[in-house]
Amino acid sequence: MFEVLSHVPDPEIPCISVVDLGIVRDVRDDAVVITPTYTGCPATIAIEAAIRSELDRAGFSRLKIETALAPAWTTDWISDAGREKLRAYGIAPPPKGAGRTSLRDDAHCPRCGSARTEEISRFGSTPCKALHRCLSCGEPFDLFKCH
Amino acid sequence: MADALSNYALQLGDDSLILGQRLSEWCGHAPMLEVDLSLANIALDLVGQATFFLKFAGEARGVDADKLAFHRDVLDFKNCLLVEQPNGDFAQTIARQFLFANWQELLFRELSRSRNEMLAAIAAKAVKEVAYHARFANEWMARLGDGTAESRERIVNGLEWVWRFGDELFAVEQTVEPLIASGVAPDVRTLRAEWDARIARTLGEATLELPKPRRAVVGGRIGHHSEHLGHILSAMQFLPRAYPGAQW
Repeated sequence: MFEVLSHVPDPEIPCISVVDLGIVRDVRDDAVVITPTYTGCPATIAIEAAIRSELDRAGFSRLKIETALAPAWTTDWISDAGREKLRAYGIAPPPKGAGRTSLRDDAHCPRCGSARTEEISRFGSTPCKALHRCLSCGEPFDLFKCH
Repeated sequence: MADALSNYALQLGDDSLILGQRLSEWCGHAPMLEVDLSLANIALDLVGQATFFLKFAGEARGVDADKLAFHRDVLDFKNCLLVEQPNGDFAQTIARQFLFANWQELLFRELSRSRNEMLAAIAAKAVKEVAYHARFANEWMARLGDGTAESRERIVNGLEWVWRFGDELFAVEQTVEPLIASGVAPDVRTLRAEWDARIARTLGEATLELPKPRRAVVGGRIGHHSEHLGHILSAMQFLPRAYPGAQW
């Protein structure tokens, strides 16, 4: 089932699947349990629709989709493979673990790897991203916010 | 008890919904692109909170969140008066956000420990986002207060305007008292000192003084609203009321 859902891309960041992102929380006999990333993320509806059609396509029409809020999704749930895909796509993945709740935004440039970066805007093109700029190579980039 | 719980969820949801709607008025009009993005993102987070709170409030009433958002009239809204105040200039918007986000972050921190699982889950999820809202507002307070003569004058005026609506954030409407006793709702009165300290710290960084105490304006929780709320609703509710059942 996770294999089936690994073909469902995130609608806003298509390089990464809903499984990599940690949105698919549980697969039971009767339902797939998903969780929203950000409270107001408009992609949540599109994600549910995409999962629905992938389930139907793979012959799992009888499975329901349930939404669970608790425990709240965190960026720690993004898989290591997902982090690599984000980096390759040009989005700096969020730091893991301890720094998460401190709102610390240490970002490494996804292109040249430099730690010399600065924040341009804490709010970016989607609720999950902030805008940064690399001071070494000059490239602007998105940071997936710690959450 | 179920009625009181549903009513409390409406208070929480209406705060988020009305402020989200207000902030969305800035979309495409903010002083610069990054601020436009920020305000739109914050509005989106707030509308997301409202969706969850109103869905929960509606379950006890047999209606969905859209019905509550788009088919209630002014007197049935339970939001605090602060969130319905006009955006004014950018400084007044920031001053309003400053008071509200710092309050909501403390409230949601406590609400995430509620004995009601759904309220706790919504708050635990949203509190991480509200921390960003508070930091955004705090930084702009400092930037405007400790900026130019004009930015300083504007933020002083903005803060002066919104200050009268601060006390209502810490007033407990009577139907909420039993929920506090049963561990469902946090007692906002106990959060006042911590909020005061946060406000004072940021005003210190902004080289601003605390506004003078003034008579508090209250009543939003029982439907006594300012004239501004009706105008917000007329914009927000027009489409679903004019075209019932309309879909994208």
